[in-house]
Amino acid sequence: MTDNMPRSIQSGPDLSAARIARRNRSERWFRQLGILAIGSALLMLAVLMTSITSKGYSAFWQTQIAINVNFASSDVLPTEKVNFRGLARRSIRALFPDVKSRRDKRALYKLFSNGIGYELRDAIQRDPSLLGQSKRIWVKASADTDMLVKGFIERAVKQSDRRLSDKQLTWFDRLEKDGRIAKRFNLTFFTQADSREPEQAGILGALIGSILTLSVTLLLVFPVGVAAAIYLEEFAPKNRWSDVIEVNINNLAAVPSIVFGLLGLAVLLNWVGLPRSTPIAGGVVLALMTLPTIIISSRSALKAVPPSIREAAIGMGASPLQTVSHHVLPLAMPGMMTGAIIGMAQALGETAPLLMIGMVAFIVDVPGGFTDAATVLPVQIFLWADAPERAFVEKTSAAIMVLVAFLIAMNLFAILMRKKFERRW
Amino acid sequence: MIKKTIALAAIALTAIATTAEARDQIRIVGSSTVFPFATAVAEQFGKSSPFKTPVVESTGSGGGMKLFCAGIGLGHPDITNASRRIKNSEFKKCTAKGIRITEVKFGFDGIVLANSKKTAALKISKKQIFQALAQKVPMNGKLVDNPYKKWSDIDPSLPATKIEVLGPPPTSGTRDAFVELAMEGGAKKFPSLKALRKKNKKAFKAIAHAIREDGAFVEAGENDNLIVQKLEANPATTGIFGFSFLDQNGDKIQGALVDDTSPTFENIAGGKYGVSRSLFFYVKQQHVDVVPGIKEFVREFTAEKAWGEDGYLVDKGLIPLPAADRKMISSSANNLSQLNM
Repeated sequence: MTDNMPRSIQSGPDLSAARIARRNRSERWFRQLGILAIGSALLMLAVLMTSITSKGYSAFWQTQIAINVNFASSDVLPTEKVNFRGLARRSIRALFPDVKSRRDKRALYKLFSNGIGYELRDAIQRDPSLLGQSKRIWVKASADTDMLVKGFIERAVKQSDRRLSDKQLTWFDRLEKDGRIAKRFNLTFFTQADSREPEQAGILGALIGSILTLSVTLLLVFPVGVAAAIYLEEFAPKNRWSDVIEVNINNLAAVPSIVFGLLGLAVLLNWVGLPRSTPIAGGVVLALMTLPTIIISSRSALKAVPPSIREAAIGMGASPLQTVSHHVLPLAMPGMMTGAIIGMAQALGETAPLLMIGMVAFIVDVPGGFTDAATVLPVQIFLWADAPERAFVEKTSAAIMVLVAFLIAMNLFAILMRKKFERRW
Repeated sequence: MIKKTIALAAIALTAIATTAEARDQIRIVGSSTVFPFATAVAEQFGKSSPFKTPVVESTGSGGGMKLFCAGIGLGHPDITNASRRIKNSEFKKCTAKGIRITEVKFGFDGIVLANSKKTAALKISKKQIFQALAQKVPMNGKLVDNPYKKWSDIDPSLPATKIEVLGPPPTSGTRDAFVELAMEGGAKKFPSLKALRKKNKKAFKAIAHAIREDGAFVEAGENDNLIVQKLEANPATTGIFGFSFLDQNGDKIQGALVDDTSPTFENIAGGKYGVSRSLFFYVKQQHVDVVPGIKEFVREFTAEKAWGEDGYLVDKGLIPLPAADRKMISSSANNLSQLNM
């Protein structure tokens, strides 16, 4: 390069074919590098998604077993008085009259979910006309049976190392031969909250918890963040104080999220007295965490509005407030929404600050409001990943799929809103 | 729009402040090892009683004690779980706040070293565990940085593979118990360290509890079912976790024999297996008639159908207490007898 310099100075731009070829080559290189970068990012995403989907898709199906239940008319309503567990067990034993010993009976029951008594109760509450009839009813298989059907328990393994004994396998084979085994869509996964029994566990509680928590976060953080950004960008005098504030906001954005959890514990729970493990407390903590992100992105959205718009408005006699609210804010809104959605996505995936305020918890009831105990999607994933039962492995991946779907839905909503508000000049 | 959202937020906040107090749900905190058992009981309790299902948090034994001993009142938890006994210092903190405690020991848990079924099971002594994992080991009369790279460097009878152990992080109760039972137990086998223990217990513990940091011990998640997958993928590695994981994954992994005893249900229950611990929960007596259902919850937990030999907790990997102990503890627990230390 350096030996070319003097000549190019003497004779103007060097337009030799060699140099043009070199420039074109480097341009091609750069483009290819860019494509490569995008390609590798997409590849990683594809690997991640396929690995999660391939592990998790089976959780959307659940093995069910058909049993004949004789709802004798002695099982009269009210249903609280009836021993549905006993009824379920009688029905199971009727299928296998040859199973006699107590031990064998217990082993037999283990092919079925231990919640089938409640299933029968629900069935009769839904349809009281079942009373006095004998009916074939599909009930949930236990998680172990489910794993066998899905191929996660191998028959070839030694009996002592298997979750199901040889006897249980022959019983299962008999059920299968009679056409009593079927894989059905796992509705429970979408209609129930957490459970210790994998076949009864669902994601709804965590999903509702996430929605409640994020709505608290959004309601708090969006108005506050936007107002702070507008003041700092449009009204605040440029002096040492505003510099200090700006630096601090940038620093706050880099604070590890667990710190906000500690803050939440000390201030919100112990001092303000918000109830533990609730969406309201979680939402406030996550709002504190996402506030800097939203302020920063809202400010850059405001900066992107050309000054000519402001000058024109002021030139037409608008007050500074009118300038901002009538002209600058509508134009900056799409950018602010993008920022808000990034902040919300960050809040959606957070577990660390929630640990401190008691949201990493086992909660069986679907939360009904902002003050009910609740957990959120990433916490549910974390809890299931920690569970020893093998059936929770697929549930973990399925929960991740639900989380990703929720994220995509949120982004889609933001894009639609942005399209609606977008103005061109 | 902005006005509306601010108004909504304000309404939401005021609504909360008014409903913060009353509580009709038991709150449980504590050990992540006890978590699978406490949640199973909580769920059964919720289904079979008129009370709401208790909320169980997984905070770790130490974290749970801290919350539990913070005070009396509905803002504080009613029960805490622990994978070790309450410490003297924690008990003092609790009594200082006027808290009266009922202690319930409800079962055992074994800590296992396990590897993939694709290779032979490890046969190891506590002394060898210490040699494999301690930061400093005694050699030729003085303490040196752990020089062992392969298992066979420690003893020719062990496999000639690299020492690579996946274990729980320092915050976990499993780690505490492993260090106390296996590492300390192994360190005591060295005469020089044994002498040190008599002279200066603190210095001994510092040596016995320090786990090497040169890559041979990898901190993995605590009781993580991903560890099982990692062990399967790499048969040369060994993992440390609770018995329930071995119980659930017996087709893929096998427990190492520690001092010639394999970690089976019978050996742990009979007290033969050396690396096992007791599991506890603690009840705050002052909350008993304030929060509905605590007495009934204790009864559910200490019922034969839960913690007995055929109980549902055994399906979850709990190792039950001997029948006589169960009888004694259940009566003292249901009478809410007070813990004194």
